[in-house]
Amino acid sequence: MISSSSNISPHSKRDDLLSGSVRFLALTAGGLLLLVIAFLFYESWPALHHIGLTRFFSDPDWYPTDNSYRLTSMVWGTIFASTGAVLLASPLAILSALFCHFYAPPLLSRWFRRMVELLAGIPSVVFGFWGLVVLVPMIGHWHPPGPSLLAGILILAFMIMPTIMLVAHTSIAHVPLAYIHSASALGFSRWSMMWHVILPTTKVGIFTGILLGLARALGETMAVLMVCGNVVQTPSRLFDPIRTLTANIALEMGYALGDHRAALFMSGLFLMGLVVLFVSMAEGLRHRNTYVATK
Amino acid sequence: MSRQSNHVQEYCLTVIIWTAATMVSIPFIWLMGDLLWNGWSHLSFNFVFSAPLNAGREGGIGPILISTLLLVGVCMGVAVPMGMGTALFLSEYTRHDHVLGRLIRGSLDVLAGVPSIVFGLFGNALFCQVLGFGFSILSGGLTLACMVLPILIRTVEESFRVISREQRLSAAALGLSKSTTIRTILLPAAIPGLLVGGILGLGRAIAETAALIFTSGYVDRMPESLMDSGRSLAVHIYDLSMNVAGGNPHAYATALVLVSLLFMINLSSSWIASRWTLSNQLPT
Repeated sequence: MISSSSNISPHSKRDDLLSGSVRFLALTAGGLLLLVIAFLFYESWPALHHIGLTRFFSDPDWYPTDNSYRLTSMVWGTIFASTGAVLLASPLAILSALFCHFYAPPLLSRWFRRMVELLAGIPSVVFGFWGLVVLVPMIGHWHPPGPSLLAGILILAFMIMPTIMLVAHTSIAHVPLAYIHSASALGFSRWSMMWHVILPTTKVGIFTGILLGLARALGETMAVLMVCGNVVQTPSRLFDPIRTLTANIALEMGYALGDHRAALFMSGLFLMGLVVLFVSMAEGLRHRNTYVATK
Repeated sequence: MSRQSNHVQEYCLTVIIWTAATMVSIPFIWLMGDLLWNGWSHLSFNFVFSAPLNAGREGGIGPILISTLLLVGVCMGVAVPMGMGTALFLSEYTRHDHVLGRLIRGSLDVLAGVPSIVFGLFGNALFCQVLGFGFSILSGGLTLACMVLPILIRTVEESFRVISREQRLSAAALGLSKSTTIRTILLPAAIPGLLVGGILGLGRAIAETAALIFTSGYVDRMPESLMDSGRSLAVHIYDLSMNVAGGNPHAYATALVLVSLLFMINLSSSWIASRWTLSNQLPT
């Protein structure tokens, strides 16, 4: 921004108009988040008012038409599926980021990265469709019924892997070359260089990537809706079908009325709270990280 | 002795890392191969341009393509001017560390992480009910616009920010007014960034499903106006595979169309970015 306290450049009506409209647009865009939160609160108010927070965890089961609103098993479904996916995807993503930087020949590395970028752009409904027609029958063959927590974890892991890998890749690329050269000059093997130099300097960046991946997994709807079977139950095994909070919203929003609808908005609000928490943690870390990197 | 064990360690790690890379590539190749193998045989001129029959088991995806275009058109028509204005405000009208700018930027960062299903809930409450647009392409497009706004603003702002300070100072020294500076110097210099931002947003909008199911609806007829309900390509895939028995062949073909569209979008944005050597300055 270039400005001075006493502006001597010609001041025209057009300038005022432009600055006014730009300010208006910016305030609208900035206020959008508040608007979203306000609407979620407004719509879920009947649920908070009539049902109360505790009944979402103490009611016998999720039968919204019979005035029974237990969300616990869906909360577990969401937690199991997304943490499973993060646990599976993170090591793979970190190893493939290392692969890109230190193992693959340049051409292969470029192609590998390009492939992961394309993978990141594939819509979730296509992942879900592929899971439904390829993965679920395979799991069903091995261990019926097929649509299961396991299928959800696999598809989610596959979807968030690119997010984590691309963030890790970028933060490895930002490791100062001097560190790597010093490590080589000290006679470090490739393994000790990665373990003692690269990973410690990039751990914040990698953790940011994992948080973003977790946020994406928690909020993912279509893929889990298509492969998880959507039975409301707390899973006890990997092969049990589950229903996540997001899938619940997508399934029932079409016909929900009154308190039922408000309960769905409540679970949306809850999800949003979780995701906002993780994203702001990741953003905070990212800012700290750039500070360290530029110092 | 230790040298020996070092070698073993090194060798094992190499094997592990190559295995991990292979494990990442296999599903990707499998997915793409599967889509091509099963989708290609159903793809034809007729499929792309004719109307779906028998709930989509026969016929094509013509009206669905039109609905998708309209949805994306509404979305970009709202998001692009708003995104440009906000980005201009953030980069040209506030200092980088100004409180208001930081608040807006922070709220957009959070908005970027909000799950699409939550945008769907919000769109349903605001556009369909309060504003009374019902299940319509207008509601869906506006919901999509809210979704793509953060990524659009961030990219465009970055492309304004990388324009050198000298250009602004020279313009001020020549006595150009702010609006003339923006129109004749900043906007032309930022065009590649604007294009990349627009294309990224476009890709996001086309890929979206969850936010559209209960804002723009399921209807697969040819839309007659923006107030009609319309089904996007992504929703069509969902509906064919989950709700229509025997819909899989056409779901494959639709998925192939959708993924090819997205790849073209993705390639053109990275082509523009690399051509103007902006790629290292733009957020990925």
